[in-house]
Amino acid sequence: MGNVGAKDVPVLLSPEGLRIDGRRVDELRPIKIQAGALKHADGSAFVEWGANKVMAAVYGPREVHPRHLQQNTKAVIQCKYNMAAFSVDERKRPGLDRRSQEISKVIAEALESVVFVEEFPRTSIDVYIEVLQANAGTRCAGIVAASVALADAGIPMVDLLPAVAVGKAGGALVLDLKKEEDNFGEADLPMALVPQSGRLVLLQMEGHMTPAELSQALDMGVAGCRQIYERMKAALRERYAVEPAAEGSA
Amino acid sequence: MSEEVTAEILTTHILDLASSGKRLDGRGPDDYRPTVVEPGFVATADGSALARIGDTVVVGGIKLEPGKPFPDTPNAGVLTTNAELVPLSSPTFEPGPPQPGAIEVSRVVDRAIRAAETIDLTRLCVTPGEKTWVCYVDLHVIDHGGNLIDTALLAALGALTHATVPAKRFGIAEADYPLEILHYPVECTFVRLGDSIVVDPTFDEERAAQGRLTVATDEAGRVVAMQKGLVGAFSPDDVRTVVDRAFRHGDRLRALARGGGG
Repeated sequence: MGNVGAKDVPVLLSPEGLRIDGRRVDELRPIKIQAGALKHADGSAFVEWGANKVMAAVYGPREVHPRHLQQNTKAVIQCKYNMAAFSVDERKRPGLDRRSQEISKVIAEALESVVFVEEFPRTSIDVYIEVLQANAGTRCAGIVAASVALADAGIPMVDLLPAVAVGKAGGALVLDLKKEEDNFGEADLPMALVPQSGRLVLLQMEGHMTPAELSQALDMGVAGCRQIYERMKAALRERYAVEPAAEGSA
Repeated sequence: MSEEVTAEILTTHILDLASSGKRLDGRGPDDYRPTVVEPGFVATADGSALARIGDTVVVGGIKLEPGKPFPDTPNAGVLTTNAELVPLSSPTFEPGPPQPGAIEVSRVVDRAIRAAETIDLTRLCVTPGEKTWVCYVDLHVIDHGGNLIDTALLAALGALTHATVPAKRFGIAEADYPLEILHYPVECTFVRLGDSIVVDPTFDEERAAQGRLTVATDEAGRVVAMQKGLVGAFSPDDVRTVVDRAFRHGDRLRALARGGGG
């Protein structure tokens, strides 16, 4: 996909049906979620997912900057997805490029689909996503981190928002693409699921799939999201576990 | 009455109509507005087309210039797509750097052209690692009546289909030759209005929409790109239905872009 004319395409699927890192087609990379990873943000989360490291922070609801974006009937969600210059093999020029701006837009729209924005008119909920180390699937890791950070900030939501990409690599549908599968695979389909309603609030696709493959990929992605959902809930439970009362404390 | 209040009233009206299966302009849920592609609209471009869906108008122009390939793809040409929502097209656009909406249009159109392998980029290469054709696809939205993505890709595809590689002008070959097109992607955009999902939204329908879903298909029966936008949600079954509906519109739109008449 992204590598027209490139050579040295690796073998993405072994004859035994195992992937480049030994995973089965429907297996997620290891994922670790830490809720409340930053001291100064109203809410935050750190996600290590395969070789991705993504930090998200939430500020707000607070005053809207710039002021003209203010809405009288609801909060605005302003999202900035940013990749660090050192997060990829070849140094990325710092600053907002078009890809980052598009991703910021679709993530903000996905989050606004689950946050009770009408509870906070004339305010802004600012969501910052920093990709520190990237290995495919950073927008999904960013949504997972942002969603846990929103919960950590105590912002009321319909549900958490697990996300994952399904792709086609070596001719087979695979869950949770890693870099080589993304670069040399045939399709990439990131999605974010509202587990309670079973609906998707983020959905993008690039590559080629038949309608039958696409239909199967949607089922795989939903199943993957449900696994990630459990990890997200566990991370929040861990953060807010009530400690057994220590001596002398009330 | 402020713009905000009229928009609010109109939104309520559009959603009320949708609940009884109707649309403001009388269309059914699967009807496109009248769609026209006029190739060769701009003589100074190497390929061009004006695409019109209802009162949305996009002019697409192709320019091909020699340049350097990217270091990681020495054998491939370069393709860049850029959409401009120029201020003359809508009271809501202001001059300045591209807004997220314009960037999204560019990227979703670019994704469809690229993923469908519309042009074989390796054929644009002149000398590997050194010289290649750079293909610029510039899209100007000149009247914004909603559904920019579908209109922009029609303009882009119409322009590419009729493009000429200016090889003689740049001294690369004896004569100019037509740009070879391998696949014909088109995008179909749907929005959710309450419980119904309708194709080809107008500006006001987009403002009332509870989610937008674009599906790009090609003539080989493949889905090549998708984009969910705006605030809102779709179930996996909604997505499957929308993909089927996109295929039903695909061939007619492709024929328009290729100049095969309506």
